[in-house]
Amino acid sequence: MLEVKNIGLILKGDEGEIQVLKDVNFTLDDKKIYVMTGPNGGGKSVMAKTIMGIHQPTSGQILLDGVDITHKELYERARMGIGYAFQQPARFKGIKVRELLEIAGGKKASVDTCDYLYDVGLCAQDYLDREINASFSGGEVKRIEIATILARDLKLAIFDEPEAGIDLWSMQRLTETFEKMNKKYDTTILIISHQERILDLADEVIMVAEGTVSEITNREKVLGEISRLDSDCMCRRSCSRGGKAIAGCDR
Amino acid sequence: MLDAIDKKLLAEVADLHEMPHGAFNIRKNGRGVERNTTANIDIITKKDKPGIDVIIKPGTKGESVHIPVILSEGMEDMVYNTFEVGEDSDVLIVAGCGIHNQGGKKAQHDGIHEFFVRKGARMKYVEKHYGEGDGSGVRILNPKTIIEIEENGTAELEMVQIKGIDSTLRDTEVRLHKNSRLIVTERLLTYLSQTAESNITVNLLGEDASAQIISRSVAQNESKQVFHLNMRGYAKCRGHIQCDSIIMDQAQVSSVPEISAFNSDAQLIHEAAIGKIASEQLTKLMSLGMTEKEAEETILQGFLK
Repeated sequence: MLEVKNIGLILKGDEGEIQVLKDVNFTLDDKKIYVMTGPNGGGKSVMAKTIMGIHQPTSGQILLDGVDITHKELYERARMGIGYAFQQPARFKGIKVRELLEIAGGKKASVDTCDYLYDVGLCAQDYLDREINASFSGGEVKRIEIATILARDLKLAIFDEPEAGIDLWSMQRLTETFEKMNKKYDTTILIISHQERILDLADEVIMVAEGTVSEITNREKVLGEISRLDSDCMCRRSCSRGGKAIAGCDR
Repeated sequence: MLDAIDKKLLAEVADLHEMPHGAFNIRKNGRGVERNTTANIDIITKKDKPGIDVIIKPGTKGESVHIPVILSEGMEDMVYNTFEVGEDSDVLIVAGCGIHNQGGKKAQHDGIHEFFVRKGARMKYVEKHYGEGDGSGVRILNPKTIIEIEENGTAELEMVQIKGIDSTLRDTEVRLHKNSRLIVTERLLTYLSQTAESNITVNLLGEDASAQIISRSVAQNESKQVFHLNMRGYAKCRGHIQCDSIIMDQAQVSSVPEISAFNSDAQLIHEAAIGKIASEQLTKLMSLGMTEKEAEETILQGFLK
């Protein structure tokens, strides 16, 4: 359903131009769940934002159901059925949860607002009429962000680290929600995540490093690789901090 | 007596589509045209100067007073209105000025509104300003509001001015006595080359008096806005000012805070911010299918609600 061909992206920073993405190639099939993972700063979010149209690629091509969307703007891609849940969601002075869900889902959403909030573990009564302002905790805005994606009728839903700020008790429900969205609405899902629980959902795992796709693999291989890295870790052998892998460990 | 333009202006400034229920006084082009009083609310024309006295009997609950002013031609109008809100009453007062200036002459309405909110009374005061007309004549509004809130009294002020007025100077002075409360919500949008200045001075005189001012404004095109918010605490009291402005295009906004305490138990806070529409808000709404223009309008509408 989605083909990403030789995508490259150059962004202008304070120190001149930086090649953020290069030769990115992968394909997403209908109705599958993909998890994108890899080291921090490897380009996962930028890759997802380029699919959504928040960044316009400098080279390459993106096709959605065979239609070239490379030069389509953000709102046009949104209307074509792509959705993106931000890692750090925006807050709005004066816009209520109910209103944002209705913007997201149109008329359909006004009927089902309670369900979307329930699916992200929030009580509709407590939240619908609250403004999405600074009074919300990080976890609350994050859940509302995910609810705005559930409210939409999407071909492709992208979630950028949905687990960040979500407590352990709600993780179970969140993974069930992703499965339901995938099965009930036939939505293809791409989740950027480092969480084992979310990796468990993956039909395929897209490994991203240094601005490109390094490998397309499956969860067994990834989890096996992590435990191998853990056991090979040099820190473990002579670690003075009780044998735990610590930051800075040179794997 | 009232034509289609008048009715539209009334709808804008007072949400009035028909003659209101309860007490009202409609002033058009410098003269009173319609008036109604009730058993509890009396309206009397001032003898010494243009304007009215609105007298609300003690204990009056759930009643409203509408006192819209409309100008449908170029002229200068000046009124002095006095409101006596009796002890333990609970009322809604809706004032507003609508100007339809089609000609080339200046249309100006200056009003001085003085309120006495007596012991234990509760008043909600809504003031809306609206201007229209394609003529070259400028539309000017200079309202002055003076409020005295006695012991245990509450005054809630909602002041709204969206586009339409070319030049406005708004002065508001409030004096709060023991255990009284003030809540002010101000909404302002200027565009083209309009100018707006709002000066609010709040004197917290009595013990446990509290005041909260939330001012939100949007300045577009080449318009200019100046806010002077001054809060003075003379007793054990609490005051909070929140002043937020969205600036666009070539507009200019100044926000001048002043808080002064004359008592060590006074707690006063002033927060002020001026900035563009946050880009992450635009991006989020566009990622839900809105164009940039639609996203911008949605954000501004919410902000000024």
